[in-house]
Amino acid sequence: MTKTPMSGLVERASQEGLLDVAYTTTDSPFGPLLLARTPKGLVRVGLPNQDAEELLAELATRVSPRVLEAPGQFDEARRELDLYFEGRLESFDLALDWQLSEGFRRRVLRGIARIPYGQTRSYTQMARGAGNQRAVRAAGTACGSNPIPLVVACHRVLRSSGGMGGYGGGVPMKRALLELEGALDV
Amino acid sequence: MPALPPFQVLIDEHAEVVMAVLRAAVGHEAADDCFQETFLAALRAYPKLNDAGNLRGWVITIAHRKAIDHHRARGRRPLPVAEVAEVGVEDPLPGGEIWTAVGVLPPKQRAAVTLRYASDLPHAEIADALGCSPAAARRSLHEGIKRLRKELA
Repeated sequence: MTKTPMSGLVERASQEGLLDVAYTTTDSPFGPLLLARTPKGLVRVGLPNQDAEELLAELATRVSPRVLEAPGQFDEARRELDLYFEGRLESFDLALDWQLSEGFRRRVLRGIARIPYGQTRSYTQMARGAGNQRAVRAAGTACGSNPIPLVVACHRVLRSSGGMGGYGGGVPMKRALLELEGALDV
Repeated sequence: MPALPPFQVLIDEHAEVVMAVLRAAVGHEAADDCFQETFLAALRAYPKLNDAGNLRGWVITIAHRKAIDHHRARGRRPLPVAEVAEVGVEDPLPGGEIWTAVGVLPPKQRAAVTLRYASDLPHAEIADALGCSPAAARRSLHEGIKRLRKELA
């Protein structure tokens, strides 16, 4: 396919406000990540073991079918992620679109977004922070459903017992992220 | 009703046929512009599309409208022959000579022949794209082929 008419298309779509969901893929030490954003901000991060096609289909259904590949929209996100994986960036400065999570789950995720770099919390603490101390299992589900992993660092939430718990990108990736942040040395 | 796929999937799957249709209809140079207009119009209308069943026919229909707009805007009948020959050389279409002859057919016949043999559309979709009945599409195709036979004999 010719490149020129395609990139021109994305540009014009963006100018006309038709670019409801832009996406790209970017490399990471763990494999390719899918990044998707709306005009409001980053709405979805797909981890390497997640099926990108499926995630895009879900975005088409839940956000808008106007989903276009637009790598040019992700320069800043890519830059920050690269620095993060090099251990040179501790907190992301990216606009986020929370529309894929609601209610209790969103409160849990917003709490997670405030856990400082290199620290961990328990699912129980997250449940309490979201206003329902007994909803530990629901807090776990909220972590598992995190649409914006890495940037909303759900890998920093562990079992109260100290066990790793689960991770959408696989437990080895969770462990590696915590090691990168120096959170597992204690 | 099947859910609408991400618009990018529609581009990835149908960009090639749309480009082939447009190159045949407006020539190589204008095709890039019409291509953008086609997919922008499709993108605008996409969320309200009720039927995800025949996206290919839908987007080719839009491409044809854009080609017609283009010709109207230029206020003349389409396609100097030289441009068509060039398309035939650059695109992997069989028999350059045939496509040169296709290029000088009257517009409806040319569109019908191109859609049928370059884009491999069934009659019903050709009718959609041309905005006529399947019978009329069949007739245009038939007339076009008859004329080609005579030209190339």
